[in-house]
Amino acid sequence: MRQGSFIIEENTPLNGQVRRLRLAGDCSAVTAPGQFVSLRPEGCFLRRPFSVCDREGDRLTLVYRVLGQGTQALAELEPGASLDALTGLGRGFDLDLAGERPALLAGGLGFTPLFWLARRLRERGKPVTVLLGFQSGEQVLYEAEFAALGCETRVITQDGSRGERGLVTAFLPEEASCFYACGPEGMLRALCESAPCPGQLSLEARMGCGFGACMGCTVQTASGPRRVCKDGPVFGKEELLWQTQG
Amino acid sequence: MADTRVSLCGIGLDNPVIAASGSFGYGAEFAELYDINCLGTFSFKGTTREPRFGNPTPRIAEAPAGLINAVGLQNPGVEAVIAEELPRLSRFFHKPVMANVSGFSVEDYVYTCSRLDREPQVGWLELNISCPNVHGGGMSFGTEPEAAAAVVRAVKAATTKPLIVKLTPNVTDIVSVALACQEAGADGLSLINTLLAMRIDLGTRRPVLANGTGGLSGPAVFPVALRMVWQVARAVRIPVVGLGGVSRAEDVLEMLLAGATAVEVGAANLVNPYACRDIIRDLPRVMEQYGIEKITDIIGAANG
Repeated sequence: MRQGSFIIEENTPLNGQVRRLRLAGDCSAVTAPGQFVSLRPEGCFLRRPFSVCDREGDRLTLVYRVLGQGTQALAELEPGASLDALTGLGRGFDLDLAGERPALLAGGLGFTPLFWLARRLRERGKPVTVLLGFQSGEQVLYEAEFAALGCETRVITQDGSRGERGLVTAFLPEEASCFYACGPEGMLRALCESAPCPGQLSLEARMGCGFGACMGCTVQTASGPRRVCKDGPVFGKEELLWQTQG
Repeated sequence: MADTRVSLCGIGLDNPVIAASGSFGYGAEFAELYDINCLGTFSFKGTTREPRFGNPTPRIAEAPAGLINAVGLQNPGVEAVIAEELPRLSRFFHKPVMANVSGFSVEDYVYTCSRLDREPQVGWLELNISCPNVHGGGMSFGTEPEAAAAVVRAVKAATTKPLIVKLTPNVTDIVSVALACQEAGADGLSLINTLLAMRIDLGTRRPVLANGTGGLSGPAVFPVALRMVWQVARAVRIPVVGLGGVSRAEDVLEMLLAGATAVEVGAANLVNPYACRDIIRDLPRVMEQYGIEKITDIIGAANG
């Protein structure tokens, strides 16, 4: 983990309330796809955690939805402004788990931590299947970006207005050697219960500190209570018990 | 050079800055970031007789100039703390630590305190009779002077280390609880624990916290905490540790002027993991700015 100041290079709307933030600064602590950063927007007491969508040298890309006080404050920042960040938080995906044919499954904005992962897997020469799930066609994002990495990219919408119709979990290829997933809890749980291959998933949580001190984001696992921020946010498919109480 | 040393119940501290229980775990997360031996000390995560998962999530909500938590005393239980956390702690922290203890019955408190009392690195016991986020224990001991006195008396009879009782602000008259603890044998008091609070989500029309309510901490509560420290410190003979929103070196001095012997820093650690280090670094400069040579000279000075 590292605390530092970042300069905003880009903060633009992508689609509805979804925006892309590009930050420049010392990214040396950001070492694995699936890790997150914690930003402190103006007027907020607590920091807000965001998955790293991509890291290229000293530049970070984040994709976020304007939902509340923190993201609203973030959306108002102009390029050139500086932002205090804790970087290199959490444990990321294990690339060695990928096997020969990894599949990446995203629900909604769950594609964010999977993008840098896809790039890293492609750099290792893996054929990567990406399944991007959205509720409807107008929400689709990053299809071209994943395709540009050379991933086999499929869009699945719940209402069938774009790509294939259904839930993204139903489209896990039979030949997948491993899955990596991020999205709503129901999707992740269904995937963990049905997928025949090994897999890892990234959880979202409301956090206090983001670095393991406050016990605000605990989940129950097969090996006892674990902190999403410090022990996760990436967990193995057998680890989670899908309950919030012991 | 400004002299920042204080003595808390007969144990010397290099400075009056103590990281507060619940914001600092058992020290390991912060020891990865800086040498935590710069602290006066820290109070470790509230420990109970049995392991506790704590409350359902969400456990944390934003508040104006603060946060509301309903963690619910998640901890690995006293046996795991003794077997795993304290041996690990001794590798990176070389000062007496404050052992924060919570419970659900007088017997719980006595058991957990007497187990930790025998640990050489434990300097003080901090009795948490003020947690607002658990049911059937915690704060219920801290809201009635008689109940507080009973648990303090029982723990004192079973332990040897200085006993600091952590008080809740969620009472009509904190001074009467403070006096009852002193009468029952408490060696010191720490205050305030969090203020009972809540937020409601406009979208879902439900409380943000799964527990419904939680405890408010952070700069928002600092003036309330300061007022209570001031009221209690002038009423008791035992040392008072002031906490509640302390975030800067200036806040430390304000708490000492109100009568605190030392302070605890909680919420600030969660936002700036280097908060305690920064406060300790700034303290001599701010003391000089206000013409303070020895920090002990100003304890209670506001009481004139």
